[in-house]
Amino acid sequence: MSILIDKNTRVICQGFTGSQGTFHSEQAIAYGTRMVGGVTPGKGGQEHLGLPVFNTVADAVAATGADASVIYVPAPFCKDSILEAANSGIRLIVCITEGIPTLDMLEVKVKCDELGVRLIGPNCPGVITPGECKIGIMPASIHLPGKVGIVSRSGTLTYEAVKQTTDAGYGQSTCVGIGGDPIPGSNFIDILAMFQQDPATEAIVMIGEIGGTAEEEAAAYIKANVTKPVVSYIAGVTAPKGKRMGHAGAIISGGTGTADEKFAALEDAGVKTVRSLADIAAGLAEITGWK
Amino acid sequence: MNLHEYQGKQLFAEYGLPVSRGYAVETPQEAVDAASLIGGTMWVVKAQVHAGGRGKAGGVKLVKSKDEIREFASKWLGKNLVTYQTDANGQPVSKILVESCTDIADELYLGAVVDRSSRRIVFMASTEGGVEIEKVAHETPEKILRATIDPLVGAQPYQGRELAFKLGLKGDQIKQFVKIFMGLAQLFVDKDLALIEVNPLVITEEGNLHCLDAKLGVDGNALYRQKALQEMHDPSQDDAREAHAARWELNYVALDGSIGCMVNGAGLAMGTMDIVALHGGFPANFLDVGGGATKERVAEAFKIILSDANVKAVLINIFGGIVRCDLIAEGVIGAVEEIGVSVPVVVRLEGNNAELGRKVLAESGLNIIAATSLTDAAQQAVAAAGGKA
Repeated sequence: MSILIDKNTRVICQGFTGSQGTFHSEQAIAYGTRMVGGVTPGKGGQEHLGLPVFNTVADAVAATGADASVIYVPAPFCKDSILEAANSGIRLIVCITEGIPTLDMLEVKVKCDELGVRLIGPNCPGVITPGECKIGIMPASIHLPGKVGIVSRSGTLTYEAVKQTTDAGYGQSTCVGIGGDPIPGSNFIDILAMFQQDPATEAIVMIGEIGGTAEEEAAAYIKANVTKPVVSYIAGVTAPKGKRMGHAGAIISGGTGTADEKFAALEDAGVKTVRSLADIAAGLAEITGWK
Repeated sequence: MNLHEYQGKQLFAEYGLPVSRGYAVETPQEAVDAASLIGGTMWVVKAQVHAGGRGKAGGVKLVKSKDEIREFASKWLGKNLVTYQTDANGQPVSKILVESCTDIADELYLGAVVDRSSRRIVFMASTEGGVEIEKVAHETPEKILRATIDPLVGAQPYQGRELAFKLGLKGDQIKQFVKIFMGLAQLFVDKDLALIEVNPLVITEEGNLHCLDAKLGVDGNALYRQKALQEMHDPSQDDAREAHAARWELNYVALDGSIGCMVNGAGLAMGTMDIVALHGGFPANFLDVGGGATKERVAEAFKIILSDANVKAVLINIFGGIVRCDLIAEGVIGAVEEIGVSVPVVVRLEGNNAELGRKVLAESGLNIIAATSLTDAAQQAVAAAGGKA
């Protein structure tokens, strides 16, 4: 078991024939992801990486039975691409692209919720269920099938957590990058709820960062609903106020969104927090008793 | 990206919102001429910088003669204004806004932001205008009124009316407020704003509403479709090093410590700063070199980090996902050789071909310390920078 994706997930790629779409689709196919085709308007009927190319997502879904789509199109076109996928029968959309205007995301989020479509990202590394399905740009080699569910706002911090849990021999059930934007398609709570229900997930790692109150909201949710052990790290204790730290969403504004507030809320919810990102696996060992 | 007050007021005027007659000027003579054009015997002169707290810092003044205008303009143009929101150097003043004077009977607050929790544009209004709204929200949250905008149908007049009545406005003020509310909401959406604030929104002695200040922030991700706003960008208000880094697609934020950090990924860059601090050091900067850490970009990142005289050691932390660590190692060596780095450089490589990368560094014969882990890297960097502060 796992969450969101497994070996049966049928994946198409929007922006398939572009450089990013091509490179990461090759990697996904090599990993064993069930890629069934791609979409590039105007190139329908062609073949790319041994898979069919379609003009529209609707055509791709009709011909391949795809249920997930990964989006690599440039930011100005992402709203259109996400809405196309959401209205064409795709149930899971993973948007990797960085730099989508916030107002586009406000509209996209309303429509995805209305249609019951799960959106992961944008501005994220994607989702991977190790050994089964990789959708996104994460390096495959560091993953190991296993029992830790990882959810994070940051790509490279996810990789650190993955590496540590692999080195410790725990492995991962599923890893979800929800992305560094202020308006993500899915938030911590959405993913925590799935990990709580997933029999393969025995413990959860949640990696947050400064900005917004998503971690505080997640802490309240964990306190009320999550019985599995949770380890959490928050990046940005040393970040100055009012400065955007790379990610569009990583900014302490109006005096809220500091790492200290987030650590405090999580600790109050019974979460094991670690102050050094090198201590994630050690934190897991401590609360689970795993060797 | 932030706009100046005078630019915000130009946009307000385009949207039919009540603003004072005024001119943004660049010389003392232009300031005096502007006052003549406006007419009257009293004016307000305001230094244009991207920071709040201008009034307390002396950057806003009520003036009653042309001599006073000339004096104010001569004092500030070409100088830096330091407020509680700026750093110690302040922000350069290259323009002054000369405006007609407004009689103030009362001060309100009206603003809007994208609220991350509700995923909506949320308007906030308060009778406590003219002061810091964060302070009001913190100390007397009941004094902040809210209206949430539906992304699909937009702001509606009834929402403006609700706010107006709750603010205690009367008669024609209700209509005036609804017009301002609807105008600001339209402006927010049309221009891809991230923030809009009218603080204060004043009630004049005649009982009319008037926008006395304008603070606007634009969503940087949307600038590609906001060409007119792009042209309003004032680079003099940006940190020079941050702007230079941005041209190389490097995310750099200056801090005041002694350990320069070069990292791939924004989250890991923050995490690296934190672990340096955890081991007793102080990070000199945030720097994300991004996914494609080429030799050229690593060299440029080095130059930016070393342009800070406080830097006593550099910590490079790369998690090679798809990039190969041995290529990054070669990039680091090339950059160190090219620009002659004199401070110790600690490198932690992890991920793809990390082993080979460490070997390449060790055999380079340069002053590069190859760390064995993240914790080791942080400790070595702190030691190299002169130990715990």
